[in-house]
Amino acid sequence: MLPGGLVTDQLPPSLAANPRLDGWLDFSTRGLVTVRPGKVEYGQGVWTALAQIAAEELDVRLDQVRIAPVSTAGSPDEGVTSGSRSIEDSGGALRFVCAQARADLLAAAAARLETGPATLSVRGGEVCTAAGGTGLSYWSARRRPGRAVPPGAPAKPPARWSVAGRSVPRIDLPDKVTGRPRFLHDLVLPGMLFGRVVRPPAVDATLLEVPDLAHPPGVLAQVRSGDFLAVIAESDRAAVAAAGRLARASRWAVRDSLPDERDLKGFLLAAPAQPEAVLQRRDPAAAGRVTQRLAAEFSRPFIAHASLAPSCAVARWDGDAVTVWAHSQGIFALRRALAAGLGLDPARVTVRHVEGAGVYGHNAADDAAADAVLLAREVPGRPVRVLWSRADELGWGPVGPAMVARLSAGLDAAGRIQAWRQDVWSNGFIGRPGTGGEPRLLALSHLAGAAPIPPALDGPPSGAMGASRNAVPGYHIPDLGVTRHRLLAMPVRTSSLRSLGAFFNVFAIESFMDELAAAAGADPVAFRLAHLADPRARRVIEAAAGLAGWATRPRGAGTGWGLGYARYKGVAGYCAAVAEVAADTAIQLRRLWLAVDVGRVINPDGVINQVEGGALQSASWALRERVRFDRARITSVTWDSYPILRFSEVPEVTVRIVPVPGQPETGAGELAQGPVAGAIGNAVADAAGVRVRDLPLTTEQVTRAIEES
Amino acid sequence: MREDIQITVNGVARVVSCEPETPLLDVLRHDLGLAGPRFGCGAGLCGACFVLLGGSARSSCDLPVSAAAGQPVTTVEGLATAGRLHPVQQAVLDEQAAQCGYCTSGIIMSAVALLRATAAPTEAEVRAALDGNLCRCGSHQRVIRAVLRAAGRPGD
Repeated sequence: MLPGGLVTDQLPPSLAANPRLDGWLDFSTRGLVTVRPGKVEYGQGVWTALAQIAAEELDVRLDQVRIAPVSTAGSPDEGVTSGSRSIEDSGGALRFVCAQARADLLAAAAARLETGPATLSVRGGEVCTAAGGTGLSYWSARRRPGRAVPPGAPAKPPARWSVAGRSVPRIDLPDKVTGRPRFLHDLVLPGMLFGRVVRPPAVDATLLEVPDLAHPPGVLAQVRSGDFLAVIAESDRAAVAAAGRLARASRWAVRDSLPDERDLKGFLLAAPAQPEAVLQRRDPAAAGRVTQRLAAEFSRPFIAHASLAPSCAVARWDGDAVTVWAHSQGIFALRRALAAGLGLDPARVTVRHVEGAGVYGHNAADDAAADAVLLAREVPGRPVRVLWSRADELGWGPVGPAMVARLSAGLDAAGRIQAWRQDVWSNGFIGRPGTGGEPRLLALSHLAGAAPIPPALDGPPSGAMGASRNAVPGYHIPDLGVTRHRLLAMPVRTSSLRSLGAFFNVFAIESFMDELAAAAGADPVAFRLAHLADPRARRVIEAAAGLAGWATRPRGAGTGWGLGYARYKGVAGYCAAVAEVAADTAIQLRRLWLAVDVGRVINPDGVINQVEGGALQSASWALRERVRFDRARITSVTWDSYPILRFSEVPEVTVRIVPVPGQPETGAGELAQGPVAGAIGNAVADAAGVRVRDLPLTTEQVTRAIEES
Repeated sequence: MREDIQITVNGVARVVSCEPETPLLDVLRHDLGLAGPRFGCGAGLCGACFVLLGGSARSSCDLPVSAAAGQPVTTVEGLATAGRLHPVQQAVLDEQAAQCGYCTSGIIMSAVALLRATAAPTEAEVRAALDGNLCRCGSHQRVIRAVLRAAGRPGD
């Protein structure tokens, strides 16, 4: 046992894995604190919140904090920046580290000044007495914060926060409104060359013949290994032109390998799959009380990340070592996968993170890095930048899996749910580099002799993981059974997309809850509250309903209202959403109201921005998005064929944070996805008078459902 | 065939040597070193590459540089005057109207063009003016607020 009652295994996990203080903090620049998180920024504002936590615990001003670029060469390995865990993981570690650094400074100053630490404080990084500054500071100590932790100094209670807990402007936005280079796409290295990859014309294709084209000067190399084909040129436009010529001149054998998109549900239900029990809680007595049974089947299509920037990477080989600049969510995993895939010592691979456009899961960033590494190997000493085309980004990046859910439930005579069965069919959501010991990098799977990328995994079957994330209803249901069926064939490459299965599972559960409420003759809000004991759950539902004016909502023809609720992963943040939809000539989402409980909040406006963004992206998925394909390839490879919600189509969004200062942070980036989809589904059903259970809820789908009803 | 082409970018006359059909975006980014206009799709469908050509916002990824020779080109780098951000840029910061920010510079160009033509637009007019700009992170509502906030501010 150590001072403060902490033992090593109670350290925040990120810190336990990276226990040296000087791995996290650097005071080498006078007046500034450089913080070294292992979590990366991709538009979610995490660096701003981490800077707030550091400033708070160190007692420095926010403008004294710098965030170091994340790199395998110097940053702590905090795994993948995903799952809404950065504030919990990186923030938890930094709070601990910074509190310790402050306590160390005060202890050293007290010894020097021959006084007690309690008479001293830190302001702007300088130790102060009641009389003023002492000249002693983080920078005067002239020593690196080198000692491994523990022991642990206590962090400040939130009641004493002055920097954390307040809305502050994002530290990265000034660059972005003035056009200063900040994205990987803006990186220019001396002697940099430009590569472009010619992807196969189908998912399953073999390169038969490539003519040795007489490229114009400026095109340095044509690269081929197996089905991997690319060019390297002195300018990107020369590379684009050469890649186009190469694509037209090469001959491929193309095989159909994709299911019939008109019967995607049939494919998902018939494909070989591994069934796993997520939860089995049998209550025969409760099941025996059932007097009314309902059943329904729901589906979602494949959904694309559709980041606004196509993926980009730069690599340079120096001897037997390679440096890669990538906008990956998981640079350490990428390093291991590249090393394993290319037979390199991981110590010879350095991955440096540079910001890209918004990331919503495992997109093509890692694949672009592999492309750059392969091409740069052809021109040792020269950096090679690879930029994907829009068509490749939409056609070759991993996508979020298509899914089917079959739900059935029984109500007793009083209209209470007694039994519930839920089966979910899906490809896995876990296909990041290195998963299951496989590199899972697109280019490596196309090299001569390489095997295709194996089907994505899905983690242990639980209500927090993979396709079964939020497949366990959060309501009081005595007799409950949930089963996940992970597909063992993967015709379309799938991996993590924001909230994993939660978006669809909550859509299905919340749609079904409204169907059950109607069967019980109950108001949807009252019906949910009758099945929820958790006061935090009840509060967000009541708050969202209150915000929207649920009780006094107008009930006009052609207008519909719906509510959706979930606790993310079953264990994280709470969110309830209300949607208002107009359905006359077209389905139009007018307004969304959300209430969230995300525990303690570091940057309230940052949370609201994330929840608004999650809500609008979820609305776009629910109303518009569907990856299209024929039997050989994805065909929705432009913004025309893969439409997302536009400025004229997005609803007005109101977000309220339910304050719970005593609760730990839960993350806010993903918890709106499911509740918003549920709310929209219920509002559309309310407006149209029929329920559409297959996403997306386009005007055409709803019209067809009305005609068939 | 390469030609010397004169274009005026952010008030400065520049001569670039390239094929006349080279996309303006390519010239701005690679020849002139401007990072504000961004590549998103190459087909004029997403708005990330928007610049002002004369007074209108338009895509630069699908516009041959030769077609830009006659009119001044303004990028997001050319909006600030005397060290002061343009009111639209300032309003985007005031409203924290971005997440990843990749679409931001193109959106700002559309908003500047709108406010030059319509000093006090309605919300519907703002939405319509930004319909050629995609945002994937869902910062739309903040952007709309920012443009309405910038409307009527002096400084443009």
